[in-house]
Amino acid sequence: MKITKNELQYLAHKLRLKVLKMINKAGSSHVGSAFSIAELLSVLYSEYLNISPENVKDDDRDRFIMSKGHAVAILYAILSEKKFFPEEWLETFYQNDTMLAGHATAKNIPGIELSTGSLGHGLSVGCGMAYAGKLDKKNYKVVVMLSDGECNEGSNWEAILFAAHHKLNNLLVIVDYNKIQSLGHTSDIMEIEPFADKWRMFNWNTIEVDGHNIDEIRSCFKQFDNEQNKPSVMIAHTVKGKGVSFMEDTVLWHYRTPKDEEYENAINEINNLVNKI
Amino acid sequence: MRTAFIKTLESLAEINKDIFLIVGDLGFGVTTNFAEKYPEQYLNCGIAEQNMTGMAAGLAMSGKIVLTYSIANFPTIRPLEQIRNDVCYHNANVKIVAVGGGFCYGALGPTHFATEDLAVMRALPNITVLAPGDPWETSAATKAMIKHKGPVYLRLGRAGEPFVHNGEVNFKIGKAIKIKEGHDVTIFAIGGMVYNSMKAAEILESKGLSVRLFSLGTLKPLDEECILESAKNTKAIITVEEHSIIGGLGSAVAEVLCESGINIPFKRLGVPSEFPERVGDQEWFLSKYNLTKEGISNSIIELFNKLK
Repeated sequence: MKITKNELQYLAHKLRLKVLKMINKAGSSHVGSAFSIAELLSVLYSEYLNISPENVKDDDRDRFIMSKGHAVAILYAILSEKKFFPEEWLETFYQNDTMLAGHATAKNIPGIELSTGSLGHGLSVGCGMAYAGKLDKKNYKVVVMLSDGECNEGSNWEAILFAAHHKLNNLLVIVDYNKIQSLGHTSDIMEIEPFADKWRMFNWNTIEVDGHNIDEIRSCFKQFDNEQNKPSVMIAHTVKGKGVSFMEDTVLWHYRTPKDEEYENAINEINNLVNKI
Repeated sequence: MRTAFIKTLESLAEINKDIFLIVGDLGFGVTTNFAEKYPEQYLNCGIAEQNMTGMAAGLAMSGKIVLTYSIANFPTIRPLEQIRNDVCYHNANVKIVAVGGGFCYGALGPTHFATEDLAVMRALPNITVLAPGDPWETSAATKAMIKHKGPVYLRLGRAGEPFVHNGEVNFKIGKAIKIKEGHDVTIFAIGGMVYNSMKAAEILESKGLSVRLFSLGTLKPLDEECILESAKNTKAIITVEEHSIIGGLGSAVAEVLCESGINIPFKRLGVPSEFPERVGDQEWFLSKYNLTKEGISNSIIELFNKLK
């Protein structure tokens, strides 16, 4: 049964609520980095990726790599939502003796392909998986989620060269371009513009979308599936902290834990968005 | 060693189609034949070691037995975090192969000295560290490495090293290889230093010292049993390595001895922690740092004179 646009939007907000709860309990951070990719993950896991709890160990499954491992709270949230592991596990996020670390951890967590946390690793590993797919004539695709700040890392540009040279059309990169990195706006810290042009010059099929617009994300995925000769990149223009007015486009919410009144207000704002769907 | 490695790998790749060799745009004249014979099992990924190593992990996670091959520090220290996070953390079936251990590229200058690689690799979880002593050991170590599931670092010398053994060696990961028996002093040597130590032992025997010699072809996991047994049954322990005396074979053996409670004279022979200002070929460096047969035997005689 085909999932509707409203259902996808509802799921994105549901993930935000789960993340708020997890991060509030954990006293952890990176809420802004998780919120900017809620719609992207909602579409990916609901209708684009061929990954499910049933095929999680199959050689033919699609691979999703969260290279921006610091935003893992929302990945754990959607994996539990999609029944890869019990929802109770989320309660242990970031707690002592947990398996659910504050950066993506593959060990013992069904659905996490790669442990990440140090930026600039996921794309190379994804290249290896995509190259293996070509060697073995498999039909799976590999999707790697990068952050914009992560594109400061030189290792990515090694991988970007490699993927284009080998025409890895089974590889798709999504850049969460929320315009903020660790200590400030990307334009102030390390300008990456003209960003889409860089990818095009490196010979990638490059498409820019509003990363919170379900229709645009969906149609972008369709275009990727038609690409025969190049790796693809979706440059998703997003808003850090999307969904909570006081978190949006601020560096502070890369670090801050929503507590007490802030937490209640954030929950209320997301609930209001849910009611408007 | 380089030749023994690639010949062995070629014979293994013929049978095992999961073997996949990635080179970082190096290996002229070495990997050429492999590339021609097994194009489906070979890739030159360009001069990009971080990507090479991350990609190797991705290929290994997709069922391949992946080797990354380059020279000196390029496949090890350059992409160290990829080795740690992508390969070791995931226990990925990646074999990191470096040629040019120690001063093989002596006259090329300190950028090309692999003199801290063993220390750095040894510190990582999940990885097995191999440094065979001659072409026979290299061939056996290559086979053992491919059979072993999980990350391995294989440190090789150059081409054309002299033989320590007369034929095939029984190489077991984690086991020291006995080269000769003796009762006064035990030498633990690694890599090309096994041959020089064997020659040093001849000098020492002619002067009345009975030498026991092992090749510690596996630095990690270390053959602790062998070290302790020798500490009990000989009068001194010497380690010899073409590597910094910090963190490599000498340090590994010292760790075992110190914690054992056995009080025994002990000496690390190796390379001081420095960047030399003048360079020369490998032999020149080995003379400079007393790692020739004369240098090794003199150091051991000196140690014994102090004990008297």
